[in-house]
Amino acid sequence: MRLTTSVAISLLIIVNSALVLWAQEGSKTKEPTTVYDELKKVPEKYRAKENPLPGDLQATPAGGVLFEEHCEECHGKGAVGGKKAPSLRVPEVQQATPGALYYILTNGVVRKGMPVWSKLPEPQRWQLVSYLKSLGVAGPASDSAKTP
Amino acid sequence: MPRLQTNCFILFYLWIPLALLILSTFSLGACTVGAQENPYIVAYDHNLEEPGSLEIEYFSTIGTQRSGPSYHAYWTEFEYGATAWWTTELYLAGQTTFGDSTVFTGYRWENRFRPLKNEHFINPVLYLEFEDINGADKIMKEVEGHDVESDYLTPNAAARREKKREMEFKLILSKNYKGWNFTQNTIASKNLTNEPWEFGYALGASRPLAMKGAAHRCNFCRQHFIAGVEMYGGLGTRYSFGLHDTSHYLAPGLAWNLPSGWTFRIEPSFGLNGQSHQFMLRWGASYEISGFGRMVGNLFKGRK
Repeated sequence: MRLTTSVAISLLIIVNSALVLWAQEGSKTKEPTTVYDELKKVPEKYRAKENPLPGDLQATPAGGVLFEEHCEECHGKGAVGGKKAPSLRVPEVQQATPGALYYILTNGVVRKGMPVWSKLPEPQRWQLVSYLKSLGVAGPASDSAKTP
Repeated sequence: MPRLQTNCFILFYLWIPLALLILSTFSLGACTVGAQENPYIVAYDHNLEEPGSLEIEYFSTIGTQRSGPSYHAYWTEFEYGATAWWTTELYLAGQTTFGDSTVFTGYRWENRFRPLKNEHFINPVLYLEFEDINGADKIMKEVEGHDVESDYLTPNAAARREKKREMEFKLILSKNYKGWNFTQNTIASKNLTNEPWEFGYALGASRPLAMKGAAHRCNFCRQHFIAGVEMYGGLGTRYSFGLHDTSHYLAPGLAWNLPSGWTFRIEPSFGLNGQSHQFMLRWGASYEISGFGRMVGNLFKGRK
């Protein structure tokens, strides 16, 4: 009985590890083009949404703090791209409407590794959008755009 | 002598997270990110772990019993975001019953899957867990079937002889709306021996104390505190479904999410009927290591 349990536990661990590897590899290899294409898929209703914090002078610095806390690890310092996620200072992102960025933040791109950030309250997501839009374009898109 | 062995066992397992934490932080150059955890200890919402992040959590429950000694049950969780739609988690649990003994009570392996790509009006998450625990388990990570206070009165030496291998399924329905989170969990579990299906529920609502982020980095800003309440209890078994002979709890809670990656939770829980523990104090501390998967991967990659 003890032997059976040990074998069962070992199998569980092996299967779990294999599944983790498979899921992570799968999300890397099934990239059609670039992750920026996700912005083109944003529904028109959300694309047209206005940032409700345009006159809020605190929105951009507060968004910067939120970016450091939640996004910088993947998207890199100053949003120029990191090992896990692409630069957000490319024309595709900087020219996207605030509503489109808000939509991506809210829904994530779950199948490609970008988590859902709906757990941040709406005003904080808009603060993040204000910060991202304040950064401007910086250099060409990095290779990481192909692997989020 | 057996007690000494079990104590060593407990210490060995429950100090693993601390050792890992120190290793990760100082040896591997871990990055941490500010978490945004809800205060729930029993209920789950649809927010999964960020991909590649490992969250190490320690939780504690101090429970009172009307006809027996109080106890301290504790568990450690290793929660890993395998992908943005799949979180996998390992639990190790133990308990000390005052005036009795300290025992290791088993392990659980849970998986949560997010089947839908986008946020919807209601967001479902499927939960699948295998648990290999013994009858002395008192962590009350969920209440199901006819779990009642008197079940916890059996002395540890006798209770630990009972083996429980169970599969547990949950349907988590959750929504984030205007800063609030509302969640409802339906629980169905089956002991792998010939015992009937058991059912339970958990409900939760929570909200940050401030909706906007502060323009400076701070630990005590109101946005880092999330207050909430959860209610959970059993719903009987397949053959005796309902509220008869079940226990139910109401638990207000507070979570403090620090930008450094630490989260602290506290939750006093109050029994709602005569079958429930009158009072339990539950608390937890967790630490999120971002990019853990990549760091482990780099260990086996070799130098370029």
